Amino acid sequence: MNLTLHVWRQNGAKAPGKLEQYEAKNVSPDQSFLEMLDEVNEQLIKNGKEPIVFDHDCREGICGMCSQVINGVPHGGQERTTVCQLHMRSFSDGDTIYIEPWRALAFPILKDLIVDRSNLEKIMQAGGYTSCHTGGVADGNAILVPQPAAEYAMDAAECIGCGACVAACPNGSAMLYTSAKVAQLAVLPQGQAEAAQRVCDMTDAAQAAGFGNCSNHYECQAACPKGVSVKFIAKLNREYQKALFK
Amino acid sequence: MILDGKCPKGPIQTSWDRHRFDMKLVNPANKRKYKILVVGTGLAGGAAAASLGELGYNVEAFCYQDSARRAHSIAAQGGINAAKNYPNDGDSIYRLFYDTIKGGDFRAREADVWRLAQVSNNIIDQCVAQGVPFARDYAGYLDNRSFGGAQVSRTFFARGQTGQQLLLGAYSALSRQVKAGSVKLFARTEMLDLVVVDGEAKGITIRDLVTGEIRTHVGDAVVLATGGYVNVFYLSTNAMGCSVTANWRAVKKGAYFANPCYTQIHPTCIPQTGEHQSKLTLMSESLRNDGRCWAPKKKGDTRAPGEIPEEERDYYLERKYPSFGNLAPRDIASRAAKEQCDDSRGVGPGGRGVYLDFADSIKRLGEDTIRSRYGNLFEMYEKITDENAYKVPMRIYPAPHYSMGGLWVDYNCESNVPGLFVLGEANFSVHGANRLGASALMQGLADGYFVIPYTIANYLAKIKPGSVKADHPECKKSIEDVTGYNNKLLSINGKKTVSEFHRELGKIMWENVGMARSEQSLKEAIKKIPVLREEFWSNVKVTGSGAELNQQLENAGRVADFLEFGELLAKDALHRNESCGGHFRVEHQMPDGEAKRDDENYCYVGAWEFKGVDKEPELHKEPLTFENVHLAVRSYK
Ligand SMILES: Cc1cc2nc3c(=O)[nH]c(=O)nc-3n(C[C@H](O)[C@H](O)[C@H](O)COP(=O)(O)OP(=O)(O)OC[C@H]3O[C@@H](n4cnc5c(N)ncnc54)[C@H](O)[C@@H]3O)c2cc1C
Repeated sequence: MNLTLHVWRQNGAKAPGKLEQYEAKNVSPDQSFLEMLDEVNEQLIKNGKEPIVFDHDCREGICGMCSQVINGVPHGGQERTTVCQLHMRSFSDGDTIYIEPWRALAFPILKDLIVDRSNLEKIMQAGGYTSCHTGGVADGNAILVPQPAAEYAMDAAECIGCGACVAACPNGSAMLYTSAKVAQLAVLPQGQAEAAQRVCDMTDAAQAAGFGNCSNHYECQAACPKGVSVKFIAKLNREYQKALFK
Repeated sequence: MILDGKCPKGPIQTSWDRHRFDMKLVNPANKRKYKILVVGTGLAGGAAAASLGELGYNVEAFCYQDSARRAHSIAAQGGINAAKNYPNDGDSIYRLFYDTIKGGDFRAREADVWRLAQVSNNIIDQCVAQGVPFARDYAGYLDNRSFGGAQVSRTFFARGQTGQQLLLGAYSALSRQVKAGSVKLFARTEMLDLVVVDGEAKGITIRDLVTGEIRTHVGDAVVLATGGYVNVFYLSTNAMGCSVTANWRAVKKGAYFANPCYTQIHPTCIPQTGEHQSKLTLMSESLRNDGRCWAPKKKGDTRAPGEIPEEERDYYLERKYPSFGNLAPRDIASRAAKEQCDDSRGVGPGGRGVYLDFADSIKRLGEDTIRSRYGNLFEMYEKITDENAYKVPMRIYPAPHYSMGGLWVDYNCESNVPGLFVLGEANFSVHGANRLGASALMQGLADGYFVIPYTIANYLAKIKPGSVKADHPECKKSIEDVTGYNNKLLSINGKKTVSEFHRELGKIMWENVGMARSEQSLKEAIKKIPVLREEFWSNVKVTGSGAELNQQLENAGRVADFLEFGELLAKDALHRNESCGGHFRVEHQMPDGEAKRDDENYCYVGAWEFKGVDKEPELHKEPLTFENVHLAVRSYK
């Protein structure tokens, strides 16, 4: 199939950006979206033009590097699918596709489709851990974790930290991302000791890093390629309330 | 030169404990005076940086992705081994040790493997304490499953995302140290040179991948935990950015590369669909617990799988290896799949595939059980192939997956260059010629949490901290060299893209140095690679400049290294005139097609010293002795 692409090109954080048009020819339906872009890039290089830069690495939907807004939707809108796992069979011959970077105040653009997500790191550094030391911990089976709690924690821990939730949110909020870690650790016995401090520190850090507030649009959940649920935001709110009354 | 692995002498059971006591310590008050550079933030590097930071050292950690959490450890699916023996099914440290030695086809050091088995139990405890959501049974205890090549259930898992969860655990620990100020993180930063001063590793030269700045970081020791090199085959289960670059640049500064020919081809990957393919996706080997491998008995059978009656199917693993069946080790399962396809009995596009069929398990256990075990894998499979594996069997084919070879290190994980330590997949240490499933995660975390914190002190205690400053002539020279190298890449302005060269190299490697190697095929590769390399340096086109974010330049450097390293890999494979584990020389096989080792002549680690591009590398040997395990023919019948 043949496609027309409109791709955001921006040479650096301060440079002005604009959408450029490219043609993608003879695209196979079995190709992934990024493989389609690879071929566009090969052509650009051969023609002596600068290829489009975009973040990607594992190409199997788990590293969280890839980050493109496709036709207005982070990761392209296919349920539970990252850009790298999006395949061209979900497009049709003659389609026009708009490709843009994550758009959020807290994610400055570095170049073309690549943004700086280091603000997400700050949230994690504020408390996304249990303060255990290497060595000197109890036997794994000394801490019993009821199976439903383990499953709940795992549902939250599925987050790949890609930032699609932020890009999808009208407020540019990182609440889904933050809540996933808060909820994972709050439900496990290992995370109890620091639960109150953690939820306060992490939400403060999110705010300080320039992420917006949550006003329950649920766009984050719809965009999340791992299906992380907004129920964790409710959990975060409850943990926050609990912490205030401590 | 005969290399010394510096393993503790005496009874192996107490070797690590005695060694820990014998090693020097660094006084707590002095630790912060030592700076340690950790390159790589995967399981090995992440765990190391966090643990060393916590001990009080001044740590700088580097990765090429935009976050430490994105190292390729994230992609590991199946699980992590430990000798806990929670299921009471006969496991022990000795058994894990024995299985790993045997699985590696008797090409690993006993002492290193013993230590790995010993600390495996600490790893699970550590990860649980971090809040890693391992699978639990209904009573709340940790759940286990059996995994590739093991007859006990010793594998711990977190759904189909064990690597992700373990890495996020290490990343959490690392984040905590960043907040504490003991670790400084440099993401989007690629190491391009090792700085060696008076024979010791004292720094690295890096390129800031955003600004293009090239600068040197000096330290008192350098830890490389930069992962594996199977992207030398172009298509593999590794991430796009995985490379041999950090290791190779260290080799060019004197580090030895051990056993590069030991590469693992994973039996269960999704087959390639076309020339556009950029990587191959693994389907966890845990699937072989419930899936049955088969190929049609008839050659060139194009019927849909459902139309092929039971008696016309060849469940070749069950037939050939009755006791291990579908759980036969990876090298064996991969070769068996290739044999089916070479025999024109492959399925799917190009006949490069075999079936992995869940119909029987679904009948026996129900679709829900299978979904709960492998749901995410089936989902991933469907996304890529558009096929529903609950209804039709999966198609799988072997793909390059893991590198057992790596920089040579002694028992302390220290390379032959003093002060240069190597951890995780980047070193060669414990898996011999073949790695067992769920053992790489174990090794990465063992090295990072429980080995390097002890062994690095033994080195640091002997040196004065901060002896080399950033204005040292070696640093300046290193920056000039790296800048010059990159400028050269940028100036060629030829006609072929970097990916085209990578693809061509991959073809040479896969066809000649892949699953089955012969003297002839290896000589072919050794002839072709230098020709391709020469063409690369005269005809590659790298757009843009060095002073900006430039993915073409990054990739060009990595491919340039693969073009040199690939030749070494082929030479190592040619020199190793035996078959062992993942290294299969067609000239050396048993009548039934099994790998035939030659213990008399090849029971050693082959470590190569770089002598210059287009010059013959020099082989150094470290003899392997087996005192606790009897050298035997590996049999999985
Ligand atoms: C798809 C897949 C599934 C797997 N499943 C399992 C499993 O179920 N069980 C198991 O035990 N093992 C499994 N493995 C193997 C295992 O995941 C890896 O061997 C292991 O995670 C490697 O960890 P590492 O820390 O050594 O390297 P990695 O996790 O690869 O980390 C490498 C680090 O080095 C950095 N780096 C590399 N080069 C440079 C450079 N030049 N400059 C700066 N930084 C650099 C990277 O940024 C990264 O941070 C699997 C592997 C794959 C590919």
